Amino acid sequence: MIQLDTISWRFVKVWQRNFVTFQKIWKINFITPLLEPLLFVAAFGLGFVGLVGEVRYGGAGIGYTAFIAPALIASAVMNNAFFETTYASFVRMYYQKTFDGMLATPLSIEEIILAEIVWSASKAAAAAAIMLAVLSLFGYVDLPAGLLAVPLAFLGGVAFGAIGLFFTGIIPTIEMFNLPIFLFVTPMFLFSGTFFPVSNLPMWAKPAAFAFPLYHLVELTRLVCLGRCETVPALSLAYLVLFALLFTGLALVGMRRRLIK
Amino acid sequence: MSARPDGTSDRGPIIDVQHLFKRYQELTAVDGISFAVPRGEFFGLLGPNGAGKTTTIRMLYGFTPPTRGVIRIFGMEITRDWRRIKTRMGVCQQDNTLDPDLTVEQNLVVFAGYFRIRAREARDRARELLEFFALSNRRSAKVMDLSGGMIRRLTLARSLINRPELLILDEPTTGLDPQSRHQVWDRLEKLKASGLTVVLTTHYMEEASRMCDRLVIVDHGRILVEGSPAELILRHAGRSVIEVGGPDQALRDYLSASGMPHDDLGRRLILYTPDGDEHAAAVRERFCNETCTFRTGTLEDVFLRLTGRELRD
Repeated sequence: MIQLDTISWRFVKVWQRNFVTFQKIWKINFITPLLEPLLFVAAFGLGFVGLVGEVRYGGAGIGYTAFIAPALIASAVMNNAFFETTYASFVRMYYQKTFDGMLATPLSIEEIILAEIVWSASKAAAAAAIMLAVLSLFGYVDLPAGLLAVPLAFLGGVAFGAIGLFFTGIIPTIEMFNLPIFLFVTPMFLFSGTFFPVSNLPMWAKPAAFAFPLYHLVELTRLVCLGRCETVPALSLAYLVLFALLFTGLALVGMRRRLIK
Repeated sequence: MSARPDGTSDRGPIIDVQHLFKRYQELTAVDGISFAVPRGEFFGLLGPNGAGKTTTIRMLYGFTPPTRGVIRIFGMEITRDWRRIKTRMGVCQQDNTLDPDLTVEQNLVVFAGYFRIRAREARDRARELLEFFALSNRRSAKVMDLSGGMIRRLTLARSLINRPELLILDEPTTGLDPQSRHQVWDRLEKLKASGLTVVLTTHYMEEASRMCDRLVIVDHGRILVEGSPAELILRHAGRSVIEVGGPDQALRDYLSASGMPHDDLGRRLILYTPDGDEHAAAVRERFCNETCTFRTGTLEDVFLRLTGRELRD
């Protein structure tokens, strides 16, 4: 099913193909990660400051904007990676038939899948780096520890990119992406300790958050940006790594079944 | 003509297919096909829709795994040594798989990367191919702005980026205007003259007749006949053909009495006559009331006689 010996550094060539294509549209793609943190800081920083006050997190109080800033980075990682391997990869696969063309060359399907996932993680990490730069200007990020948010974003990008590509391998039409977005991405975005600490949730709801990969990414990002978090960092890291590996494998199986008949 | 550095041999057929089967759930798309293609030959794979030609082609370039049977290309098995085989092979698929976000030249250069061709060589090779296919003045154009003929030429150019020894063409001129089609044929003939081995599938009998040294006609996953276009025409259609418009019963009676091979299509009747046939002269004199067309036998006659005139889904 999964043939590891068919993976070589050729996958970089597929990554490069995506990069060359991206170079035509990069300017537009940079606007969102540049402006989004500014907008959120403005809305929550100015708007909520009077309403919410301090948030109790990790045993100490913290301003609301400082609380959500790292979560915004983590959410951007999820969105960037997931939307790249769902919509963009699906268009490449189904409408442009790019992968069919590639499979007539010495590339293996494993290399194509790996390249798509790594590409989405690269985009996510780049978006995270830009947001980090903007947010640290406002003082919401501890440097130099905060710089670890970028490799962390890459890992998170691999995890969410892999999940996205898994769905690309199994859904029949592009509209069906609405299902995982509605059932997984949006609930994760809201309930992963992004806008309020998970410790605020009632006892019966807390365990659900532990299953969300975004929750672990948010906590780890908070750890490097603020210096504290509410999970055991080693466990969160392990969870993300395992998630990435599992879904990369599943994506491989699904895409192989879809493309090679 | 001896062993190459990678251990394969220059002797022996370029393609050797033995007892190839492809089964899907209930459908047997390829039902025991065997053929061999020697170096330098232009080989045709013809058949009606659903005959199994595209499935066979896909197995040849390692896209679809065979259910049973062996495919050897350059002396190597496709299931094991696919990477080495694909490095020396070019494939021009029927679908448009070009990158719409890249320019004409970029499409070639990026594709070269998948063969691990270095950037400088890729650029030189791309320029060479653009020149050969008369696309040089469009090299910075977006793929979306190209006409159908240019898209096909670019796809063909792309399939040659790695200087392959074997080229597989899946319906290369389908949907093209006559000018573009003839240009493609012209280029293919030049490539053939330079020693390229080609496998072609097509619906255009004129194309197969003109380009192929040898061809097979497949139907229902099996090979019906094999031979050069001239042999097949002689064997299955006859050198001359008379098409009679508006045939009457008298003609039909005459035909059944004389036993001439013919196809009765109601308002048209096709007679397959070897040269100098006395019956042909009789038909010409006595039965050509409305319209009679006298022409040479073509591959299309062979094809329709063998695979029938019914529509295939």
